Amino acid sequence: MSGGADVTQVRVGESAAPPSRTGWRAVRALYSGNARIVVIRGLLATRTSNWVVVVSGFFEPVFFLLAMGVGLGTYIGDVELPGGEQVSYAAFIAPALLAVSAMNGAVYDSTWNVFFKLRFAKLYQTMLTTRLGPLDVALGEICYALLRGVAYAAGFLVVMQLMGLNGSWTALAALPAVVLIAFAFASVGMAVTSYMKTFQQMDWINFVMLPMFLFSATFYPITVYPEAIQWLIKVLPLWHAVELVRGLTLGVADTMTLVHVGYFLVMIGLGLVFATSRLRALFQD
Amino acid sequence: MPQTSPEPVIRARGLTKTYGAFTAVDAIDFDVAPGESFGLLGPNGAGKSTTMRMISAVSRRTAGELSVLGLDPETHGPEIRSQLGVVPQEDNLDTELTARDNLVLYGRYFGLSRAVCRERAEELLAFAQLQDKAGAKADDLSGGMKRRLTIARGLMNTPQIFMLDEPTTGLDPQARHVLWDRLFRLKEQGTTLVITTHYMDEAEQLCDRLIVVDKGSIMAEGSPAELIRRYSSREVLEVRFGSDRNAAAAEEVAAIGRLAERVEVLPDRLLVYTPDGEGALERVVERGLRPTTSLVRRSSLEDVFLRLTGRSLVD
Ligand SMILES: Nc1ncnc2c1ncn2[C@@H]1O[C@H](COP(=O)(O)OP(=O)(O)O)[C@@H](O)[C@H]1O
Ligand SMILES: [Mg+2]
Repeated sequence: MSGGADVTQVRVGESAAPPSRTGWRAVRALYSGNARIVVIRGLLATRTSNWVVVVSGFFEPVFFLLAMGVGLGTYIGDVELPGGEQVSYAAFIAPALLAVSAMNGAVYDSTWNVFFKLRFAKLYQTMLTTRLGPLDVALGEICYALLRGVAYAAGFLVVMQLMGLNGSWTALAALPAVVLIAFAFASVGMAVTSYMKTFQQMDWINFVMLPMFLFSATFYPITVYPEAIQWLIKVLPLWHAVELVRGLTLGVADTMTLVHVGYFLVMIGLGLVFATSRLRALFQD
Repeated sequence: MPQTSPEPVIRARGLTKTYGAFTAVDAIDFDVAPGESFGLLGPNGAGKSTTMRMISAVSRRTAGELSVLGLDPETHGPEIRSQLGVVPQEDNLDTELTARDNLVLYGRYFGLSRAVCRERAEELLAFAQLQDKAGAKADDLSGGMKRRLTIARGLMNTPQIFMLDEPTTGLDPQARHVLWDRLFRLKEQGTTLVITTHYMDEAEQLCDRLIVVDKGSIMAEGSPAELIRRYSSREVLEVRFGSDRNAAAAEEVAAIGRLAERVEVLPDRLLVYTPDGEGALERVVERGLRPTTSLVRRSSLEDVFLRLTGRSLVD
């Protein structure tokens, strides 16, 4: 290693910058087509989780529906939709609670649980020493995170049907809509969490979620707000989720439905891009 | 390197990693031959883990050349990672899963089929002497067992190069010996091993050849025996005079002549590098010095490190 020829090579090596990572190879470096195994790992670990907590998450929106929709609803009477249709108060808030349960399940698994795996269990660090790429890990974890939200929502949709709160056959389409919503919230949840370093920062997520839950036209029509506030609400994802699901379960879907779907597709795209690049920066740099 | 030697499986030239203004690895050159057991010996902060991470394609080099199995980690990260077994410095087992599932899932991260992974997991549980613990949660294993499981996990993809970062740090002596035995078997089977350690006995046990690193630079390179021959004497006489008198005694000891090739003053003792330890001790006593304790031993890599850097390896 001390020969003259080697010394020349050292000089060459020192001046040469590493080659850049661009093009097709760069894409393949991100994804090995094996996100499925990341989902399987999540399911295996779930076997040992606290089932009381998991099951209680299903009942939360059901309690809200009974207390507010049925209880409070007897005082409130019917609600008039923008198109002039009258629906019961319970039928008005049920789709909102459906969207909220999809959101909550997805956000819980894509924030707190991801934070733990990222910062403490070092799970992603381990995964990224294997053939898996950052997109495999991000996509797999997001898909796993949306499962809980979708399971809660599917259960809730059955409750709505039993209580006669679905006004149209289009309520069937609420299920794929809920998958889309959970996917979008899980993507953004994972992306945001990947930038978090402390528990205090994680608390900000709750700080954003609660007002969004209360004010996104969940419990009353958005028309109660002055116009400026209405616009602010319409920027938030939960409003789009509530409107999308409400249109489907009450059978009043219109062209805005496509706007909502587009909104969530953009959320999914952005979430995946940021989560993937952040994982790469954290563990493969 | 002689012309006849086979293509190295790892080749680094001017390999450098900087974090901001700080240089963690400073233009190092080395080759690792196939089937070789190669060591990086150095104190904490020497840049060993950083070097390992660059080879494993999870950390990008700042400058220099690096080739692993003929591929550049910068452009062929996934291909390299799939051929490498990695045992990181910290056990990062999947604490929510059983020992067996840790192995099976890890194999499947490489895209291997479930049947292959199950079979291999059983073999490796036996190799790591963990059959009894197959169904236990990884979190509930002892430190030594966790380390063995991490090593077994690193072998799930039948790697061409096995990278071990401080495999026995933090383990009790008995657990270390069990581990060394397992690593020795791998070496006998012809697996290329790259091992970092700050234990000289570990380096002597496991490494055919090693580089001594300090502050990101290579201080010396060779087999353990070569390094000892080149940088130390055959034997070492350790004498203690009490901490306040060691420095004064050092001059007297150095005056014994040919038998004291070099004298190192440590806070608690003197090290006399000598071809003949007993002879040197006689001379010391003849000069009227009365050490409170004395010990003659063979030179070790610890002495090599002290000679090269003026500091001891483990602080
Ligand atoms: N991600 C990092 N950012 C900044 N400094 C780092 C980082 N990783 C390692 N270092 C520094 O680089 C030096 C070498 O670290 P390391 O390779 O872990 O040493 P070793 O494994 O030999 O103990 C240390 O001083 C460490 O603090
Ligand atoms: Mg280290």
